[in-house]
Amino acid sequence: MSRMMTGARMVVEALRDQGVDTVFGYPGGAVLPIYDEIFQQNDITHILVRHEQGAVHMAEGYARATGKPGVVLVTSGPGATNAVTGLTDALLDSIPLIVLSGQVPTFMIGTDGFQEADTVGITRPCTKHNWLVKDTGKLAETIHKAFHVATSGRPGPVLVDIPKDVQFASDLYVGPKQVDNGPYQPVKKGNLDAITRLVEMIEQAERPILYTGGGVINSGPGASQLLRELAEATGFPVTSTLMGLGAYPASGKNWLGMLGMHGLYEANLAMHGCDLMINIGARFDDRITGRIADFSPNSVKAHIDIDPSSINKVVQVELPIVGDVGHVLEDLLKVWKSRGRKLNSAGLKNWWGQIDEWRAKKCLAYRGSDTIIKPQHALQRLEALTKGRDRYITTEVGQHQMWAAQYLGFEEPNRWMTSGGLGTMGYGLPASVGVQAAHPEALVINVAGDASWLMNMQEMGTAVQFRLPVKQFILNNERLGMVRQWQQLLHGERYSQSWSDSLPDFVKLAEAFGCKGAQVSDPKDLDDAIQQMMDYDGPFILDVLVEKHENCFPMIPSGKPHNEMLLGEAETLGVIESEGAVLV
Amino acid sequence: MNALNIQKGMSSHSAYDLKDPNGQIEESHTLAIMVENEPGVLARVIGLFSGRGYNIDSLTVAEVDHQGHRSRITVVTRGTPAVIEQIKAQLGRIVVVHEVHDLTVEGPVVERELGLFKVKGQGEKRVEALRIAEIFRANVVDSTLESFVFELVGPVSKLDAFAELMRPLGLIDLARTGLAALSRGV
Repeated sequence: MSRMMTGARMVVEALRDQGVDTVFGYPGGAVLPIYDEIFQQNDITHILVRHEQGAVHMAEGYARATGKPGVVLVTSGPGATNAVTGLTDALLDSIPLIVLSGQVPTFMIGTDGFQEADTVGITRPCTKHNWLVKDTGKLAETIHKAFHVATSGRPGPVLVDIPKDVQFASDLYVGPKQVDNGPYQPVKKGNLDAITRLVEMIEQAERPILYTGGGVINSGPGASQLLRELAEATGFPVTSTLMGLGAYPASGKNWLGMLGMHGLYEANLAMHGCDLMINIGARFDDRITGRIADFSPNSVKAHIDIDPSSINKVVQVELPIVGDVGHVLEDLLKVWKSRGRKLNSAGLKNWWGQIDEWRAKKCLAYRGSDTIIKPQHALQRLEALTKGRDRYITTEVGQHQMWAAQYLGFEEPNRWMTSGGLGTMGYGLPASVGVQAAHPEALVINVAGDASWLMNMQEMGTAVQFRLPVKQFILNNERLGMVRQWQQLLHGERYSQSWSDSLPDFVKLAEAFGCKGAQVSDPKDLDDAIQQMMDYDGPFILDVLVEKHENCFPMIPSGKPHNEMLLGEAETLGVIESEGAVLV
Repeated sequence: MNALNIQKGMSSHSAYDLKDPNGQIEESHTLAIMVENEPGVLARVIGLFSGRGYNIDSLTVAEVDHQGHRSRITVVTRGTPAVIEQIKAQLGRIVVVHEVHDLTVEGPVVERELGLFKVKGQGEKRVEALRIAEIFRANVVDSTLESFVFELVGPVSKLDAFAELMRPLGLIDLARTGLAALSRGV
């Protein structure tokens, strides 16, 4: 049934029809009519942020923790341009977002009006798709289409730019069921012949590996379940990218840990030495492959991905399967079972023997200390003290992020939110707020570095205002740790601008925001401090003063292949050659 | 794994895929991209080329289905086989792109371009220009006592050759449409 209403009301109506319960936003001149409608309803909670970038990261956190798209509402001009970093972040990590932006009235577009920006032009390369709606009659339809595009196929951020006169004018509202989503209907089912060929390979493989990525998480909890079934049934080892942590449980017996630049020794060596690599929803990112020419040189590679452009983009594969991970794994298991669940058991046994040798290296070992808190130790204590709780972790970007990926274990999907592709410092705090908004009762911890955390620290105000008890676990080394590490290894220990002078007092900062903080520097006090953070009924900042010059290992130096990874300090001198230094 | 007889670069899409995907020789391909004719669609397509560092040698675009709001973009691009495959896949990802055809590999193709050539000259040169235009079956679409504008339709190479011959005869300006292409047969 169609109804007449203003464009502004259509926005709220369309969001409600799409099942949206939370919107992250910031008002301004060009979205006032929409905010007026938000004022007059109770179905949708509006979280008022402190900066539009924060709104987009919150929506990302919300989306990743729920599997539902995140929704953002910002004004024209600076409101929209502030959203750009978050949009790009979501595009690279395939996070479904719907960003609604206000725009100057249609008759003013192109006149350099107040707070006018070419928002669709600016955001064209950093969204999956975007629209400028010039006619109220098309507004509801466009918003419904936006949800369809954001959530189908490879998910991603979309933006709908809505001029103010379009918000004021009235027209007929159309519901989601009345909208024809058009020709954009990505395939979900994989080609059965290709899947059967993959099964043949699985049956014969001597040294297989499942290389899983964010696509497993994005495909939904069912896909993670199927991955677990596949791994258990075949006994194949599983590694994952930064994006895919939690799809296979860290406590699972086939788990090798994360792979890549700061991945585990056994995971990278298994990637290098395998004879069958099954890429499930990952994209051969340069953090994973190292030097392409020497990437897993003796393996046959299969690649399951919903995005055809991911296939053969970086690494040429023998067997591409375009489809949704969940659907493909379901068919794969069916075919493999129907052919008698065959495996190369003898080969697999040897393979695990080899992997256990690599594991014996204990690549995550580090030199402990009684006097100073090692960042790795801090994360191990955090892991131990939060064990068994339904725990959501977000991170900023840098050394702490890699340590969190190495030392924290993820048992379920959608519990780990980190900026993978874009590497956006300032992601973690707002993302934690978004996660907490989705799961008010859960334990949500942002593992942060001091430098990253400051980039969006204004969002503590949002956490306090909405009583979202996010825990900020800051590993404070008074450095830009990862930058410092690279300068040490690559730039002759010339520490250019990588020292955070004049850091704020984080405890006083917490008080200033109206929440609580504590500082800990003695390893003996660490457990109590973590406990205090978790027990506090509200947002909390724990300032953990850690070893200032700790480096993150293992590490594949840039321009090197997997089998030349470094395990510790002693191996680092002069290892990165000039051609490697060009790479980041 | 060798028992399966899987060869590098083998896949089941088309004869084209049997080419060495790691080949380093650049090829020229004519792509026909069917798009929804909505504002910004051309910017999306060319933004993809510039953003990802692909080449555009020629570009034409016009609405070909006014009722269905469909436009046809013809792009001539260059790249190694892997790059060409990637260009097609990336184009296919754009939400408002309906189809991407690689005319260069899909079979025989008719390729045409229209050019307008302004030639200034008098006396013998003017007569010679007219004579060559006749040989090329170019039409005179504008004439003054000291100039002609010739209109010529044909393959790119024919227009190139015509321009080359007209240059010494007083070619002072030219406009070319870029390539339009259609597969032969049905």
